[in-house]
Amino acid sequence: MAAIFQGVGAAAALSSLPSNSFDSNKSVFSPRRSFSVRKGASFAVVRSDGTVNLNPKGRRTQQLIPNAVATKADSAAASSSSKPGHELLLFEALLEGLEEEMERDPRVCVMGEDVGHYGGSYKVTKGLAKKFGDLRVLDTPIAENSFTGMGIGAAMTGLRPVVEGMNMGFLLLAFNQISNNCGMLHYTSGGQFTIPIVIRGPGGVGRQLGAEHSQRLESYFQSIPGIQMVACSTPYNAKGLMKAAIRSENPVILFEHVLLYNLKERIPDEDYICNLEEAEMVRPGEHVTILTYSRMRYHVMQAAKTLVNKGYDPEVIDIRSLKPFDLYTIGNSVKKTHRVLIVEECMRTGGIGASLTAAITENFNDYLDAPIVCLSSQDVPTPYAGTLEEVTVVQPAQIVTAVEQLCQ
Amino acid sequence: MSTAFSSAKFSTQPFLLNPTSAASHESPLLFAKPTSQFLGSTRKLRLSSSSKLNLSRRSGTVVAVSDVVKQKKSKSTPSLLITKEEGLELYEDMVLGRAFEDMCAQMYYRGKMFGFVHLYNGQEAVSTGFIKLLKQQDSVVSTYRDHVHALSKGVPARAVMSELFGKTTGCCRGQGGSMHMFSREHNLLGGFAFIGEGIPVATGAAFTSKYKREVLKEADCDHVTLAFFGDGTCNNGQFFECLNMAALWKLPIVFVVENNLWAIGMSHLRATSDPQIYKKGPAFGMPGIHVDGMDVLKVRQVAKEAIGRARRGEGPTLVECETYRFRGHSLADPDELRDPAEKAHYAARDPITALKKYLIENNLAGEAELKAIDKKIDEVVEDAVEFADDSPVPPRSQLLENVFADPKGFGIGPDGRYRCEDPKFTEGTAHV
Repeated sequence: MAAIFQGVGAAAALSSLPSNSFDSNKSVFSPRRSFSVRKGASFAVVRSDGTVNLNPKGRRTQQLIPNAVATKADSAAASSSSKPGHELLLFEALLEGLEEEMERDPRVCVMGEDVGHYGGSYKVTKGLAKKFGDLRVLDTPIAENSFTGMGIGAAMTGLRPVVEGMNMGFLLLAFNQISNNCGMLHYTSGGQFTIPIVIRGPGGVGRQLGAEHSQRLESYFQSIPGIQMVACSTPYNAKGLMKAAIRSENPVILFEHVLLYNLKERIPDEDYICNLEEAEMVRPGEHVTILTYSRMRYHVMQAAKTLVNKGYDPEVIDIRSLKPFDLYTIGNSVKKTHRVLIVEECMRTGGIGASLTAAITENFNDYLDAPIVCLSSQDVPTPYAGTLEEVTVVQPAQIVTAVEQLCQ
Repeated sequence: MSTAFSSAKFSTQPFLLNPTSAASHESPLLFAKPTSQFLGSTRKLRLSSSSKLNLSRRSGTVVAVSDVVKQKKSKSTPSLLITKEEGLELYEDMVLGRAFEDMCAQMYYRGKMFGFVHLYNGQEAVSTGFIKLLKQQDSVVSTYRDHVHALSKGVPARAVMSELFGKTTGCCRGQGGSMHMFSREHNLLGGFAFIGEGIPVATGAAFTSKYKREVLKEADCDHVTLAFFGDGTCNNGQFFECLNMAALWKLPIVFVVENNLWAIGMSHLRATSDPQIYKKGPAFGMPGIHVDGMDVLKVRQVAKEAIGRARRGEGPTLVECETYRFRGHSLADPDELRDPAEKAHYAARDPITALKKYLIENNLAGEAELKAIDKKIDEVVEDAVEFADDSPVPPRSQLLENVFADPKGFGIGPDGRYRCEDPKFTEGTAHV
């Protein structure tokens, strides 16, 4: 069990009892992970083996960060007392984050199909329309390109819209606006207009949803200059990333996954955000670095169980920030383990894994003892048939095999 | 005007016109029966004179300003459409637009500006007619043919010319160019290279205006947005999608179609099943108006109504301005497809000449005064060129500055620091 303590400055400490029930896989894996909480000046990570590691170089950059997280009034004076937090599902975490930001800033509004009266096709905006009104939670007609553009125009003129793609794949229709305006407008206007927009939605391979509803758009969007992309994977980071994305002055695309919405976790009561540019250390280890994101994190952790039983010690990092990559966390890991395995749900060609492989090779080639192995989905339109669908994405058995081969 | 919005209750019934034949120009009523506000100006002007055009492709009756003058005189009620100050303001704005664009052509051929440059000659009446009615806080969204919209909105000629030269003193620091004119101060929201791209942005700006009034409770927020685009855009999905949304939520926006009949080399009639664009407004539940875009006074009258409608919260309007560009689509266009007779016809209806005639014949201004304005504008434009010439080009360090509003977006480097702290970033030499 990992506990997190606050460093200098911030008041509340929290201990969490991370219990994850991944319903669809019907497996519960042991929470051998520590995760960093960004609050105030510094943070400490307590490893599962008990050693405390105050983040060394620190984010000296903290002075840069204009929007320090507002912690609620100095509740727990004692830094070691624990807050119980509250348990919820991932979609509820997203909803909570969104709701809190909407309460905090009246300029935050939501636009998308069925976000209002219907509450969102995955219930991420449930109840918001009743609370904030039909204009703040806007039910749009089915016109992705135009309502995304409308969100961009609203962002340019002072609002902070959160645009929902009912399924990420639908945002292909909005590619014009996302690429040309969302990403580039700040630049072509010479910095005059900011686009503090959040574009979010569920993507990824679900349960036999068919090819078009099972798309991974992170590979298509990653070349667009001027945007940031993050992928959430737990209720904790879902809420944190949602809030950070809304507060960011940059346009952010938040990738959620259709199969992760019902993950349950205990999250803190206080206000917190997750840094948009940071990766998350899921499980520290020594033998191999496994980089993953979104749903594949759970396949990796499942494989990790098997690997541990076989005597391996994998280090698992959820990269979270798909663009830009957190080269610090990744680099430190590579320097330690010298072996890298990337496990992603993206397509093989031109995916996040491909970019990550290039980035690691460019920056850390000297530290590698073996070529980087990248496990991605097959370059195949996701078939409907369950048996075929299963083999288009990476399964835990493949991960185990890959690690074994890598560590020879 | 009914406030409850549904097309069933909408008081204006669309389509009393023969909807099919593109070449038909007999019908006198060329707009869907509008709301009462519009009955005043345009109809009077139109019905008063006979159809002058023989060009079979045109579908509107065209009334020259001179005819209006005659009509007014014959009625012997000397009610002029503008005051002297307004007249001079309009004249100066149109002359600025024309002189600036002519200078652009010169500078382009001298190698001072590059790329795609789309000039506005001939269409000045639309820009001046609409934009001069706006307040500073109102927004304008344009297309790649945006120099004159920028000038009309108040962006200094110096800033626009510098931008065209690619200098760092340009309104977008040289990073946008001819097709991306932006000005936060003057609420010019671009400048878009792909057609139709700006219309949703304009819809968003109008949405913000409504949001400010209704959610943020800024009760006096009545900012209006104008979206300018061409005939080619009217076949694009974003146009229709935004007409729907704007009418649905009654956004304070005016959709201004600058129908100059040509999309590069594609004639509007060859590209459009029903070329009467104004008719598409009522299909979405908003008034659709057709106006002679070569006549700044007529445009201004229609604009007043449309902008007033938006300001009062009554929703959007679609205005189709029949206009013409005297030059090719861009400076790279040899302009071989257009019929010289057509060009001559419109050249004879030069909006600047027409306004000049109106001002003089109505004793609003004298020759000398107008010539003085011409001269003044020449000086302004020359000064703009000089300024642009003397301005510095963007230094290398400018390369990465505006990629992100929050430069943390470049991420964390291998050394643990944010990459934007790396001095190479401020120098512009870092690899992103």
